[in-house]
Amino acid sequence: MLSHLPILQIVVPMLMAPFVLLIQPARLAWALTLATSTLAFAIAINLIPLAAGDSAMIYPIGGWDAPYGIELKVDSLSVLFLLIISGASTFVLLAGYQSLGSEIHEAKLNWFFGAWLLALAGLLGIVVSADAFNIFVFMEIASLASYILIAGGPNRQALPAVFKYLIMGTIGATFYLIGVGLIYIMTGTLNISDIATKLPSVVDQTPILVAAGFISIGLALKAAIFPMHAWLPNTYSFAPNMVTAFLAACSTKIAIYVLLRIDFALFQSNLTGHLLQFKVFLIPLACMAILAGAYMAMRDSLAKKIFAWSSVGQVGYIILGAALVSHSGLTAALLHSFSHALAKGTMFIGIGLLALQAKSGELSSFAGLGRRHPLAAIAITIAGLSLVGIPGTAGFLSKWLLIQAILELPTGAVALLVVVLLSSLMSVVYLARFLETLFFPPAPAEGKVTLPLGATAILLAIAFASIYFGLAPTLPMELATQAADNLLGYGA
Amino acid sequence: MIVLDLFHYWTFIALLMMGFYTVIAKNNLVKRLLGLSLFQSAVFLLFIGIAKVEGGTTPIFTNLVDTQVFSNPLPQVLILTAIVVGISTSALGLAIILRIKEAYGTIEEDEIQSEEEEA
Amino acid sequence: MTEIFSVFLLILLVITAGAAIRTTNLFVAVMLMGIFSLLIAINFFLLDAADVALTEAAVGAGISTVLFLGALAFMNEQEREQAPKRLAGLISVSITALIIAYATFDKPAFGDPNAPAHQDLAPWFLETTQSAVDIPNVITAILGSFRGYDTLGEVFVVLTAAIGVLFLLDTPSAGNMLKRDEGLRHYLIPRMVGRLLIPFILLFGLYIQFHGEYGPGGGFQAGALVAASMILYALLEGQDRALEVLPQRVLTFLMAFGALLFGGVGVIGILNGANFLDYSVLSSDPVAGQQIGIILIEAGVGFTVTGVLLSIFHAFVARGRTQ
Repeated sequence: MLSHLPILQIVVPMLMAPFVLLIQPARLAWALTLATSTLAFAIAINLIPLAAGDSAMIYPIGGWDAPYGIELKVDSLSVLFLLIISGASTFVLLAGYQSLGSEIHEAKLNWFFGAWLLALAGLLGIVVSADAFNIFVFMEIASLASYILIAGGPNRQALPAVFKYLIMGTIGATFYLIGVGLIYIMTGTLNISDIATKLPSVVDQTPILVAAGFISIGLALKAAIFPMHAWLPNTYSFAPNMVTAFLAACSTKIAIYVLLRIDFALFQSNLTGHLLQFKVFLIPLACMAILAGAYMAMRDSLAKKIFAWSSVGQVGYIILGAALVSHSGLTAALLHSFSHALAKGTMFIGIGLLALQAKSGELSSFAGLGRRHPLAAIAITIAGLSLVGIPGTAGFLSKWLLIQAILELPTGAVALLVVVLLSSLMSVVYLARFLETLFFPPAPAEGKVTLPLGATAILLAIAFASIYFGLAPTLPMELATQAADNLLGYGA
Repeated sequence: MIVLDLFHYWTFIALLMMGFYTVIAKNNLVKRLLGLSLFQSAVFLLFIGIAKVEGGTTPIFTNLVDTQVFSNPLPQVLILTAIVVGISTSALGLAIILRIKEAYGTIEEDEIQSEEEEA
Repeated sequence: MTEIFSVFLLILLVITAGAAIRTTNLFVAVMLMGIFSLLIAINFFLLDAADVALTEAAVGAGISTVLFLGALAFMNEQEREQAPKRLAGLISVSITALIIAYATFDKPAFGDPNAPAHQDLAPWFLETTQSAVDIPNVITAILGSFRGYDTLGEVFVVLTAAIGVLFLLDTPSAGNMLKRDEGLRHYLIPRMVGRLLIPFILLFGLYIQFHGEYGPGGGFQAGALVAASMILYALLEGQDRALEVLPQRVLTFLMAFGALLFGGVGVIGILNGANFLDYSVLSSDPVAGQQIGIILIEAGVGFTVTGVLLSIFHAFVARGRTQ
C-alpha cells in the first residue's frame, strides 16, 4: 500500500470533493473536509522517509511507464511542498470554522468546501506530477478552485479582483502551454525527465529558448513575481480571511516550485548561456520585488493588504535565493518557503480571528483589539517577528542562510546585502505600525469579549511552531538541503 | 506545402495576438473574456498543426482507407483536454462578470474602478 | 485543392476574429465567435483531428455561445466607446509576436513525418492501441487509458467550474422563481420543429457516447449533445418544466456520480493490486479489461459533463428571474 501513497495523496482529496457536495448539514461537510485534509497531511508526513535522499518514488499511472503514460514523481523537493500545502490547509480549516461561518452563507458552504478540496487536490497534483502537460491540467484545477474560494466572501471588491486574477492566471497558464507545445515540437515528448534526456540532441536551440521564455513568464504571472504581481494585493485583501491564510501560505510558492523544477531540470543544463540569463533576469526582479513589496506594505492602511504586499516582497526573497543558483542559495530559498508559509499562515489566521471583532478591514478597526485578546495578539506578534527575521524564529534562520549564500558571491554581494537589510528594516516599520495599533489604544468598549477558544489554541500552537523550527530546524533543514540536491541534480 | 506551413504559423500568431490585445487593452469585461477564448483557440490551432503528418489521416483504424499513415494522436488528445479547460474558465469568468454587474451596475472596468474610489 | 481551401479558411478565421474584436455590439461579437469556432472546427477536421473538431463545434459554437448569450441577457449589449489605453497593449503584443515568430524559423516543416514530434511516442501509441487495447480510435485509447489521468483531471476541471457557477450564482429550482418561464410554448412552429429535433439530438448524443471507441466521439462530446437537447427543451417549454423533468439536485447528483465513477474505476485498479487507473485487472483478459475500463470512464465523463453543462445553463438563466 505504501507504494500507492503518491497517487493517494491526490486522489483522496479529489474524490472526497463530490461527496462533500452531497453531504448535509454544512457542519458535516466541514468535518469531512477537515478529516480529508488531515489525511492528506498524514500521507505527506509518511512520504518524508520514503522519498528521502536519492530515492525518488516513481508511480506510473495506469501501469503505463513514462514517457508513454503519465508518471508521478516524489522526491524531497516535492515532499517539502506537499507538507506546506496539506499542513496549511489542515491548520487553516481547524482554526477557521467560525471565521468561515461568519463570511460564507450557510447554504453555500457545501460548494465552498468542495472547491476547497479541489484547490487542495490541484495544488498537491501539481507538485507530484512529472508530466509537463499534466501539470497544466492540475494548475487549472487549482486555479479555478482558488478563484471560487476568493470570490466567496461578502466583500464585493473581491469580484473585480478575482476577475483580474482569472484573466492573468489564464494568460499565465496559456503561456505555459505554448512553451510546452514548442518543447513538444522539438523533442516529441512531455515527461520532464524524458525531455531532459532528449534535449541535448536538439540541434536548434532557438525554439527551446523561446519556450523557456514563455514558461518562465507564464509561471511568473502565477507566482506574482514583480512586476507581474498586480493581481495579488487585491485578491488577498478581499478574499475571505481563511482563504487568504490558505492561499498566502502555498499558492504562489507552487508556481515557483514548477518554475524551479522545470528550469533546473531542462533549461540550465541544456541551453548555452541560460544560467547567466536566469541570474540577470531574476536577481534584479527579486530585488525590486523585495523593496517594492516592503515599501507598499509600509504605506497601506488595510490590515490584510499590508501583509499581502509583504507577500510580494517575501516571494522576492525566495526568487533571490533561487536565482543565485548555488546550493546554499537554493537551500535558503526552499527553507524560506517553509518558514514564510508558517509565519504568513499564522499571521492571516490571527488577523482573521481578530476580524471577527473588527468592523472593517481598515487598520483603525483593529485598534486595541490586542489588549482584549492577548493570546491571539501574542501569536500574531510571534508570526510578525518571524517575518522580519528576529533571531530564534524560523524566519531568522532562512534569512541568515540567504545572507550567507549572498556572501559567497564573487561580486555584487554588498548591493544585495543592502537590499535584504533595508527591506528587513522596512518590515520592522510596517509590523510595528500594526502591533502598535493592536496594543496601544484602549480596547473598544462594545463587542463580544471572547474569541473561539479552540481556534485561539490552534493559532498559538502554529505560532510557537515558528519558534520551534527556529530553534530545532533539523527536519525542514534536511528537507531543504536534499531538495536543493534534487534541483541541482546531485545523485540524480 | 511550404505555403501552408507558414500560413498555419502566421494564423496562429495573428489569432494569438488579437486575443492577447483584446484581453489587455479592452475595457469591457465580456469582451476581455471573449479575447481570452480567442487567445486559447490560437494555441489549439498550434497544437493541431503540430499533429498533422503529410498524407496522413485521422488516427482511427478503419477498413475504409488502406493507408497506414496517421496523423499524430497525442497533441489532439491534449487539445481535447485544453478545450474543456477553456470552456470551464469561460463559464466561471461569466459567472463572476454577472456578479460584478449586480454589485456595481456596470461591466466596464474603468467605471468599476471609479465607483470603487467613490465608495 | 485542399491546400487552397485551407488557406482560404485560415484567412476567413482571421477576418472573423478581427470582426468579433472590432464590433462594439457584444451580441454580434458573441455570434461572430460562434462562427469562428465553427470555422476553426473545420480547420481541425482538415488537419485530421476529427475528435477535436467535433468537440470544438459542440463546445465553442454550441455551449459557449449559449452561455455568453445567457449572461448577456442581463447586460447592456452595447460596449462603451473605447478609452485609449492601446499603446501599452500594442507594444507588449508586438513583442510577444516577434518572439514567437523568431522561434518559427527553426521549427521542423509542417507535416514532416520525420519531425521529432512524430517519433517514439506517436508510433508507440498507434501500435499499443492495437495490441493492448484493441479499439479502432487511437484518440479514445490515449484519452481513456494511456493518459487517463489527464482526463480525470479534465473531469474535475469541469466539476470545479460547475461548483463555481452554482456557488457564485444561486442554485436554481422551479419553485423559487418570481415569474413563470413560458419559453416558446405559445409559438407553434418553433415548438413543433424543436420537439421533432430533441429525440434526434438525444439519440445522436447516445450514439456518440457508445461509438467513441470506433469513431470520433466520446463522453465529453456526448455529454455536450445530451445537455444541448435538454437546453433546447428548456428554451421551448420554459425553464420551469425543464427543472421539473431534471431538478437541480438530480443534476448535482449526476455530476458528482460521474466524477466518482471515473475515480472509482481507478481505485478498483489499486484494490486489485495494480496501479491507479490500470484497467487490465478489470477482467481476466487484460485487453477486455482495458475496453471495459474505457467504456466505464467514458460513461462517467458523459454523466458529469451533462450534469455540469445543464447546471451552469440553468444557473445563468435563473439568475435574472430570481432577482
